[in-house]
Amino acid sequence: SSPSPSPGDTSVLAGVYGPAEVKGSRELPDRAALEVLLRPKVGLPGVLERSREQLLRQTCEAVLLGVLHPRTAITLVLQVLNDAGSLLSCCLNAACMGLLDAGLPLASLFCGVTCALDPNGAIGLDPTSRQEQEARAVLTFAIDSAERKVLMATSKGSCSVEEMQQCLAAAQRAADTIFQFYRDSVRRKYSKS
Amino acid sequence: MAAGRGTAAEACVGQVVLPGDVLLLPARPDEDGERLRLGAGAAPRGRLLCGPGLRRCAAGLLVTKCGLLRHRQAGGGATAAGGAYWVDSQQKRYVPVKGDHVIGIVTAKAGDVFKLDVGGSEQASLSYLAFEGATKRNRPNVQVGDLIYGQFLVANKDMEPEMVCIDSSGRSSGMGIIGEDGFLFKVSLGLIRKLLAPKCEIIQELSQLYPFELVLGMNGRIWVKAKTVQQTLIIVNILEACEYMTAEQRKQALAKFSGN
Repeated sequence: SSPSPSPGDTSVLAGVYGPAEVKGSRELPDRAALEVLLRPKVGLPGVLERSREQLLRQTCEAVLLGVLHPRTAITLVLQVLNDAGSLLSCCLNAACMGLLDAGLPLASLFCGVTCALDPNGAIGLDPTSRQEQEARAVLTFAIDSAERKVLMATSKGSCSVEEMQQCLAAAQRAADTIFQFYRDSVRRKYSKS
Repeated sequence: MAAGRGTAAEACVGQVVLPGDVLLLPARPDEDGERLRLGAGAAPRGRLLCGPGLRRCAAGLLVTKCGLLRHRQAGGGATAAGGAYWVDSQQKRYVPVKGDHVIGIVTAKAGDVFKLDVGGSEQASLSYLAFEGATKRNRPNVQVGDLIYGQFLVANKDMEPEMVCIDSSGRSSGMGIIGEDGFLFKVSLGLIRKLLAPKCEIIQELSQLYPFELVLGMNGRIWVKAKTVQQTLIIVNILEACEYMTAEQRKQALAKFSGN
C-alpha cells in the first residue's frame, strides 16, 4: 500500500495486491485482470463510486503492461480518508503511486488534474468542494507522463470546446509539477536503502 | 513534446528512473550500413542484455519499474557495446523466474506431483522423481505442510511453474526438504538480494552472535533455526528489522543482544 498526495485536504489511501491468483470466470487468457475498488469515507459504495471505479480501471489498464502477467488478478483498493474537492484526480494520483510502489510493470506514469470553470469563464485548478459547487463546469483529466497525452477526460456541467481546450492545456502544464513530485518521492525512498 | 524524450543510458546509471523514461543506447560503431567490412578484423559485437524493469522499444530501452538503474560491463570488454542494464527495484510480491532458488510450502499431493505455494500467482508443481536418489520404488517422504528448497526449471508467464530439487547433474546441492523446527517468515525481495550478496555484513554480524541455520528463498521467504526458540526469534526480529535500520542502528541492536 502507499500513502496519498492531497490537493488541500483531500486524501485517499491506495493498496495494490497482485499479480495474484484469479477466480475462474474473471481469468483473462492473455493479460492481467485489473479490478479497482473505491470505498467512500462513509456509507456503502454506490453508483458514483462504481462509475469512478470504471474510469480509474480504464486509465490504469492503458498504462499497465498486463500482457506480462496473463491469467492473474491485480486488485487496486482506494479508501477515501477525506474529501475536500478534486476527489477523482486525487484517486488517480493515489492509484498511480500505488502501482508504482508495488513494482508492477508500467509503460508510463499518469496523474489526475481537476479544472473548474467559474461562471465568468476563469479556470481554477484543483478546486475545493465549494468551488466545484459554484462552478459552471468541472473537468477532470488523466495525463500520461510520456508525451502529456490525455488518457481519460470526464466533465460535469456545460462548457464550450475552446474552454475545454484551455482547461486541457492548463492541466497539461500542471501535470509537470505532479510528475516531479513522483520523482522526488521515489528518490527519497531509494536514498534510504 | 519530443524534447526530453530519452537520455543516454550511461548518464542514468546509479540514479532513480521512473516508468516511461526512455534510455538511449550508444550508437554502435560498427553499425554503418553503407560500408562493407573487408578483412578479418571482426570487432567483438557485444550483445546488450535487457534485465528486469526494462523493455526494448524503438528508440532504446523503456523503463517499466521505478528504481535505481544498474549496469554491468561485459567481461573483458573495452567497448560499452556489451554488458547488461537492469533496474534495482523494491518489491514484495514474487514473480517466478527460471533458475531462482525458492522456498515452497507443500499444499497438495496429486498422484506423482506435489503442488507448492511459492508466493506467486500460481502454485508450482514438483515431481516426486526430482529429488536426489529418488526412484519409483524409493519415494521421498514429503507431507502436506513441509518446506521445500528448490529451483525453478520452468517459469514463464504462459506456463505453470515447475520446480526441481536437483541440479543439471543430478545432485541435490543443498536443495530438498527443509528439516523440522525452525521459523519461516517473509521479507521484501530487496532485502533477500542484499543478504545474498557476497560477504554480506548482516549475516557476518549475526553469525558472531549465535550459531544458526539459514535458508534464503528468492521469493522473499527466510527459514531460520537456532539452538533455542528464543535465539531463533531474536534472529528473526533482527532480520525483519534490517530492512528499515541503518548499519549503525543494527550494530547497536546486536551489541545489546551479545551481552545476554
